[in-house]
Amino acid sequence: MSPLLEIRGVSKSFGAVSAVQEVSFSLVAGEAHALVGENGAGKSTIVKMLAGVHRPDTGTLLVDGREVTFTNPADAKAAGIAVIYQEPTLFPDLSVAENIAMGNQPLTRLRQIDRKTMNANAVRLFARLGVHIDPARPARGLSIADQQLVEIAKALSSHARVLIMDEPTAALSGVEVDRLFAVTRALRDEGAAIMFISHRFEEITALCQRVTIMRDGKHVCTEPVSDLGVDDMIRRMVGRDLSALYPKQEATIGETVLEVQGLSRAGVFRDISFQVRAGEIVALAGLVGAGRSEVMQAVFGVDKYDSGTVTFLGRKLKPGNPRASMTAGMGLVPEDRRQQGLVMELSIERNVTLPRSRALAKLGLLFGGTERREAAGWTKQLQTKFGRLTDPVATLSGGNQQKVVLAKWLATGPKLLIVDEPTRGIDVGTKAEVHRLLSSLAARGLAVVMVSSELPEVLGMADRIVVLREGHVTAQLTRAEATEESVMYAAMGAS
Amino acid sequence: MATVASPPHARQNPLAKTRELGIVIALAALVAYTTVSQPRFLSAQSIRDILLNTAILAVMAAGQAVVVITRNIDLSVGSVLGVSAFTVASMMSADPGLPMVVALVTGLVVGAVAGLLNGVLVRYGRVPALVVTLGTMYIFRGLIYSWAGGGQVNADELPTHFLQFANDSILGVPWLVLIALVVVGGVALLMRNYRLGRELYAMGSSPSAAELAGIKVARNLLTAFIVSGALAGLAGVLFASRFGTIDASAGNGYELNVVAAVVVGGVAVSGGSGTVWGAGLGALLLTVIGSALTVLDINQFWQQAIVGALIVLAICADRIVAVRIARSLRKRDSHV
Repeated sequence: MSPLLEIRGVSKSFGAVSAVQEVSFSLVAGEAHALVGENGAGKSTIVKMLAGVHRPDTGTLLVDGREVTFTNPADAKAAGIAVIYQEPTLFPDLSVAENIAMGNQPLTRLRQIDRKTMNANAVRLFARLGVHIDPARPARGLSIADQQLVEIAKALSSHARVLIMDEPTAALSGVEVDRLFAVTRALRDEGAAIMFISHRFEEITALCQRVTIMRDGKHVCTEPVSDLGVDDMIRRMVGRDLSALYPKQEATIGETVLEVQGLSRAGVFRDISFQVRAGEIVALAGLVGAGRSEVMQAVFGVDKYDSGTVTFLGRKLKPGNPRASMTAGMGLVPEDRRQQGLVMELSIERNVTLPRSRALAKLGLLFGGTERREAAGWTKQLQTKFGRLTDPVATLSGGNQQKVVLAKWLATGPKLLIVDEPTRGIDVGTKAEVHRLLSSLAARGLAVVMVSSELPEVLGMADRIVVLREGHVTAQLTRAEATEESVMYAAMGAS
Repeated sequence: MATVASPPHARQNPLAKTRELGIVIALAALVAYTTVSQPRFLSAQSIRDILLNTAILAVMAAGQAVVVITRNIDLSVGSVLGVSAFTVASMMSADPGLPMVVALVTGLVVGAVAGLLNGVLVRYGRVPALVVTLGTMYIFRGLIYSWAGGGQVNADELPTHFLQFANDSILGVPWLVLIALVVVGGVALLMRNYRLGRELYAMGSSPSAAELAGIKVARNLLTAFIVSGALAGLAGVLFASRFGTIDASAGNGYELNVVAAVVVGGVAVSGGSGTVWGAGLGALLLTVIGSALTVLDINQFWQQAIVGALIVLAICADRIVAVRIARSLRKRDSHV
């Protein structure tokens, strides 16, 4: 079978940094092809070259055996390549139907946009995906999962023969992932070629026939998924053995640090009660939208709550006062580290010392040396990889950014650390480092609350698991009781 | 299963709908109040003056709306009006035989060239539109001063048919008003129902997504600035015809009125939302406020303060409505 799309000896560098070197592989019609590698392995660069955003420095792209040059995204689209990016790329002010049809809207005879047909098309696409989204509503305010579905509808509407999905499941819950996979399989069976990028191996084995592994911008291998076990894949991705993704250290459980009692907020969560003790990692599990992050934000004081109490180190915390929580010794590592956790333009050292800038200042002034010493200590302890401490945080990879956020909070010497999706979008190698770090912190007596959508992470890391479903606690499981089934059962309710 | 939830046009932009209704209500209230205290406010002459003044502002507001919708701004429109007015007036006084159509086309072309320059600098110079058009605003104004010096073109140097144009009517509708209606209606249609228009909205709504969606961003952006420039040029011809006396300061400070009209009319400065009709209504509202305050014999200072307050109010209203809509949308799909 001749490949639909072929990449032949492609290289690309940005300035002095070589992102992709001499990579070759091909996508065949009717095949789902996984592309895996650690962050910074060059996957995104490959995607962007296929999408027409970047042009390869050397090497060629072939569609149907013919050499093509994409000078802009429109060229790639015209060649039948649709890309679903990790971050949805919708127009918030336009209607859902317009978002789907942008660029090839149905026209009336006067070359006006035929809104009736356009909306009907959207309804038909959503029916095919098995979802209900009002085509006339603006895209603004859609949940991330719904935005992702609109992106997929967009790809479907363009009759793409090559569908590239860059971590499409990062923000989806289990049901939504299943639905997405059903659609993807249908497309594949209709003769489309799928390129699937994901950090979740269970998804790759469930969906893909072949896998291409990249490391440091180079092609490692392309092989049938069935020939490679997960361990094999990981070994080839990181180039070293990853004996334990979830290194759990034994910790002595101490006194109760945080006690949440009957916490409720109308329409978001109700009657939430749980405890966290020193040295313990408590995971908040549940589907996307179950209210996990909202509960922790209320506990920290970013959001308000209607009733209930939060007791921290024996003292009741006033609601809605994050500063007081911080002073009392609580730290929150938010889910969206780019927007909430870091000041992307500021240097690494400044980010690390930001919450402590007052304590470090002398006579109200910050001197570079103090910041640098403090930051150097923490980044070393967390094995952060970077050029210079004065580089902007934006230049770091996702995993190293997360370490900077952690360093920033650890520098404040907290008693309780709340981490929301600590490893989202982070490659396997760094993931394990983050896990090891959390585990060793707990072993040293820190209480940790971890909000996570990844079941293996929850099961591997937590001493106790609090499962939320639609805003209330459906189960509290100990490490011994918890299995994939028991957690999912509680998260999805009786089924 | 696949039920069509609502008629296609019903909720295309809930924000814009409420906004336009708000302006109409404000207009009605203002006119009613002013008329009760000064009945001559609704005299034929007064209405005519308001409409003629609105016409010039509305033509420029339509063009400005296009640019603002793409998350840019064109501050050079006042100076472009000046350049166009002075060019056309000089041309007509030099050759009084030229027909009105030539004057109109000249104005459009002069404006379009200025708009093209703005667009090229914004797109290829990668300089924010605010800075580029602030610069070209002074450059164009400087050009007129160096060209006109202290001189001016007087009404008696201009051919009668040129001056008469501003007063002539067709079927009782003054030409200026008709032109404004056609321009606002045409641009509104373009923005609402044609691909180009929707792409301009898309570019303002999310510039990075527009690039990824394969929209011809550069071409569209140049078009937006050309439209704004050309319409400012057209407004220059209408200005010259209506006022007759043109000096180097023609249109000085107009850009702020135009931007005010657009913002009050509900076009968000953050791009992606608002309508051209809204901008036209904004122009009408500002003009009516100006006349009403004069009729009510209220100090000039208050007029400016009221326009300012209106802009702040309009932006606050937008925020409140946007937050409400976002909240109701979120509630509606909290299903998973």
